[in-house]
Amino acid sequence: MIKIAIASGKGGTGKTFVATNIFYSLIRNNVDAVLTDCDAEAPNDAAFFETVPACSLDVSQPVPVIDLDKCTFCGRCYEYCNYNAIFILPQQKVIKVFDELCHGCGACSVACGYGAIAEKPVNLGTVTTFSVNGQSTLIEARTSIGTMSPVAVIKAAIRQTGEKARVAILDAPPGTSCPFIQTVAPSDYVILVTEPTPFGLSDLKQSVSTLRTTGKPFGVVINRSGLGNNDVHVWLKESNIPLLMEIPFEEETARVYSTGNLLAAMNVKYMDAFFNLAVRIMQTVNS
Amino acid sequence: MKQVAVISGKGGTGKSSISAAFATLNHPVVIADCDVDAANLYLLFNPSHEEEQVYAGSHKAVIDYNLCTACGLCIDHCRFDAISLRERRITIDPIACDGCYLCSRICPENAITMAPEDRSRLYSGSFRNGRMVYGRLAPGEENSGKLVSLVREKARQLSEKHKLETIILDGPPGIGCPVISTITGADKIIIVTEPTVSGLHDLERAAGIAEKSGRKPYVIINKWDLNRIMADKICDWCRENDIPVAGMLPFDRLVVQAMLQGKAVTELAPDSDTGIELKKIWNKILTDYE
Repeated sequence: MIKIAIASGKGGTGKTFVATNIFYSLIRNNVDAVLTDCDAEAPNDAAFFETVPACSLDVSQPVPVIDLDKCTFCGRCYEYCNYNAIFILPQQKVIKVFDELCHGCGACSVACGYGAIAEKPVNLGTVTTFSVNGQSTLIEARTSIGTMSPVAVIKAAIRQTGEKARVAILDAPPGTSCPFIQTVAPSDYVILVTEPTPFGLSDLKQSVSTLRTTGKPFGVVINRSGLGNNDVHVWLKESNIPLLMEIPFEEETARVYSTGNLLAAMNVKYMDAFFNLAVRIMQTVNS
Repeated sequence: MKQVAVISGKGGTGKSSISAAFATLNHPVVIADCDVDAANLYLLFNPSHEEEQVYAGSHKAVIDYNLCTACGLCIDHCRFDAISLRERRITIDPIACDGCYLCSRICPENAITMAPEDRSRLYSGSFRNGRMVYGRLAPGEENSGKLVSLVREKARQLSEKHKLETIILDGPPGIGCPVISTITGADKIIIVTEPTVSGLHDLERAAGIAEKSGRKPYVIINKWDLNRIMADKICDWCRENDIPVAGMLPFDRLVVQAMLQGKAVTELAPDSDTGIELKKIWNKILTDYE
């Protein structure tokens, strides 16, 4: 399996747009592909396809539960907890767990010498597998509202993606921090989507410097070409980064996207362009 | 002190351009760029660097191979799959390491230390209409609400010190920890959306996080004329959920032109439709305080 991550530092540059269109053009060309929406805080890929949910799994994290009958208020769990998730007032015999601060590391359970800490699962989100047109698969990571970090849900979605299909398209969350890294880490190639504006360029530079630390091969798609200036083009050339594709800014393109439709389904020129892009990347990875 | 947070759920809906416009409209303000993953406002405001703070967000486990006996106890205890045995050596995956310290605490040989990740920074200074604070998360660092809290604390200090009553918080996309940090304790929350299927879906989730924090958000529909039917749908959804639509902004190339010149659209074209609407929205939000 070849895994291609679609990412960008800046939000709203068109990751979902590129990911859904590549996926569509692959399955229309009978390539065995799976699309995994790793933007767990704002997952949108499923809205662009006719989907039927096939299965759904809950992602949870263990959180400590303190047995007040056994607890001696020694404070060792409080000392072990590096996330300030345990609050203790030994004199008043008060101890409290803040579930939303807990990372589920289990340090408090190890710390407790009195068997006073058990664990309960707390829901973080769900990973839903959808069937698209009865033959392809779309997997969606979705955090529950109030979940602090999407990382565990993203990891579960990537596990669910498996290794069976020929290509997996991973639609990454925006940014350059942990959730982005988690999506990029298992990938063979990363497509960075940017727009030709100062904001787009600044965030692209940050994504590139993060990606370079991982050593992953990558290239750039410029979306909304013609909207801003040429600085992104110039910088890519200077930095020797491949420009994979340019999508001109057209109000029609924006309108097609806004209604939940796919440009590749409306316009065969784009269908071919996205398909060729995917094929080129698969060849790059294989060589 | 008035703290107004601008968030969105979906990225790229125009949070920073709108925050920048608000920051230049009236009396001087403190503006805090809370999108520490992808800070952009400095490009428009070119703030002076008066202060720089090191932010040590997390710590990563480091093995001392002179002491390590490769007993594997740390592997059994790590819940982040960050430790593995490779060629008979205990190896830490720094990306997976969550910095919980458990391995360093249980190692019988004391072979594990925790090294601070201290490449992130917090900057503050002045810009043409007040003070500015922004954070820069080092590449690949934990997506941290902690740095956002620090940015906000600095903004609060500057607001008191310079008697600047209004703080504008330009938030990150999403609905996770850094967003929760941005809106916690803010008095007003503005959600910027766009008239797309994704825009509406992410608005619903952003509104969910705002209401969880106990406040009714305002909604701004940006680029509303790109899809009038979707814009209507969003208005309907807001009405059904009793969420006020503070205003609707047209798609306007002037916003990009302003960005190219390092300005807010309200500075480049204050009398344009977009400029006038932004002024109306900002005045409405400020008068709602009274």
